[in-house]
Amino acid sequence: MMTGLAMLVDAMVAAPLPVAAINWHSFFFLVFAALACGFAVAVVAADNIVRMALYLVFSLGATAGLFFLAGAEFVGAMQLMIYVGGTLVLLVFGVMLTAQGPFVSLKGSGRDRVVAGVVGAVLLAVLLQAAFSVDAWRAPAQGVVADPSATPIGMALVGLRVDEPAAGSPSPNVRPGYLLPFEIVSVHLLVVLVGAAYLARAKRRKTPRAIEVAASSEPPASRAEHAAIGRDRSRGASVLTGGR
Amino acid sequence: MADLLINTLGLPGWLGWTITAVVAAVLILNVIAGGALVFIWAERKIAGRIQDRLGPTRTGGKFGWLQSLADGIKLLAKEDLMPEGADGMLFRIAPYVSFCASFCAFICLPFAFDVVGQRLNVGVFFVVAVLGLEVFGVILAGYASASKWSLFGAMREAAQVVSYEVPLGMCVVVPVMLAGSMDLVTIAEKQSGWFTNWYLFHDPFTFVVFWIYVTCAVASVNRAPFDLAEAESELVAGFHTEYSGLRWSFFFMAEYGSMFLVSALAAVLFMGGWNGPIPLATLLGLSEGTGDTAHYLVRLVGLANLMGKATVGVLVMMWIRWTLPRLRIDQVMTTCLKYCTPLAAVMFLGAMLWQIALPGGVIPVLRTPAATVREGWLPGPGGSPPASAKASDVAKVGS
Repeated sequence: MMTGLAMLVDAMVAAPLPVAAINWHSFFFLVFAALACGFAVAVVAADNIVRMALYLVFSLGATAGLFFLAGAEFVGAMQLMIYVGGTLVLLVFGVMLTAQGPFVSLKGSGRDRVVAGVVGAVLLAVLLQAAFSVDAWRAPAQGVVADPSATPIGMALVGLRVDEPAAGSPSPNVRPGYLLPFEIVSVHLLVVLVGAAYLARAKRRKTPRAIEVAASSEPPASRAEHAAIGRDRSRGASVLTGGR
Repeated sequence: MADLLINTLGLPGWLGWTITAVVAAVLILNVIAGGALVFIWAERKIAGRIQDRLGPTRTGGKFGWLQSLADGIKLLAKEDLMPEGADGMLFRIAPYVSFCASFCAFICLPFAFDVVGQRLNVGVFFVVAVLGLEVFGVILAGYASASKWSLFGAMREAAQVVSYEVPLGMCVVVPVMLAGSMDLVTIAEKQSGWFTNWYLFHDPFTFVVFWIYVTCAVASVNRAPFDLAEAESELVAGFHTEYSGLRWSFFFMAEYGSMFLVSALAAVLFMGGWNGPIPLATLLGLSEGTGDTAHYLVRLVGLANLMGKATVGVLVMMWIRWTLPRLRIDQVMTTCLKYCTPLAAVMFLGAMLWQIALPGGVIPVLRTPAATVREGWLPGPGGSPPASAKASDVAKVGS
């Protein structure tokens, strides 16, 4: 079998296949970039909000693929967790708000499309110009980047810069890092969390709601009506406790 | 393996990498599909025994071995129905989204030392992130079916999975903190030695965290008592009410794949991964350097260890499913938000303080010093593994 394999290899060397000449890194970059762009266009072109969300997920997932391809595994996983996971919540709200209503199909008017197209084209032009004006980005990729690790990021967030020790410092590990911004962001998020919990908490009314008054004063006419009241109330509770 | 193909056999680079990728993907697919076959049969037998009946007995001999296979053939032959009002594209794509998410998470799950599809530096994070995507397929299925039962099921599932991701993430952080790495291989490697080295027995806090993890894992893969999304007594079958045939079976493969995945993740994070309770290999003097046969033997035993632990995890999930009644949706939410999340946060804090106060454990004798990370994988001064790591590994395999 080994000789057979060797012959196969020899045959390949003798008649080099065109595939061998492809730069596979560029190839996969183009694949993922095309997927991201294509699905991004599909998000705009689709008129059903759930399909839009699905295309958005695919587009963001392809972007995560680009990050993985670039060796930025932490950013890629973050992209998956935050953006793709965030779109999940978007999808849920999309379904809840539009599944039955008149918004199942969202079609913009022709004027909207023209305005959006002009704005998008201008933004694209600015970004392309900016991207091509950086000389370093136009040079072909070279060299092998050291295998990145999430450890320096984590250490820097708690205040230790292990990746870039200060020059001439007696103890290289005591650079400030990003502890302060990290803490500010944490406190900010905590405030947002508490605020959200405050806004979403079940309010205890002193006076009973109209529906409760109706329910207590006169018995429901039919069993169906009774069931309707109960369902209404329980659904309200589940919405309050159902969010993140 | 790619290095072996390219450097030793002299294949061109692209071919070597492609073969490696295909082999890894096919192996993972086999784990999911073959696992689903076995586990569905086991589920039927266990359900039967727990309910004081026999389960399948006829297909394929005394124990009904071939029941799952017969089911598979039946599913293949079933008519593939689609409701009239359904959104065709979404309806068709939903099962594959679910299945792909489950499959992707397996990519960086280590089955033994070095037996891992793609070793990621942020393995734990990746698995948790991708596992959360499985719910996408469920929501799409629920929406696209144009059936109110399906939509209710999907909404319940979304609320549940999004909520349970929070305590699950907190539980997962504890072993990451103890190991000082998010790499699944490193985490398991740090627990080698006797079973007292497992993070499960590291301190009382991690012991509690493990059980919180079990609860959240069961909830996040939608098994009873948290199977609100397919509560058959209220929602017919929830999100897959309208599915039949092969598409339906894809949902099931995704479910069993995820069950196996969270069990294997529990084994890696808390129960030493591929390290058995007794370090047989070390006691027998087998190690990486002993020779080729011993080398592969050690990995084979490790593989069996991890598979065994994960299978036990899946069987426990089945046991729970057929023992406990289904919770109500508000009870599910209460369990998550009022019990699991605060408990996980407190335990995380406790484990951290324990690690600061008693890094050696209460009785240092119990902690055998075998828990060293193998050379070559140690992070270099810049936090990156030295470039020689892979080369030396190839040399070991080739010698």
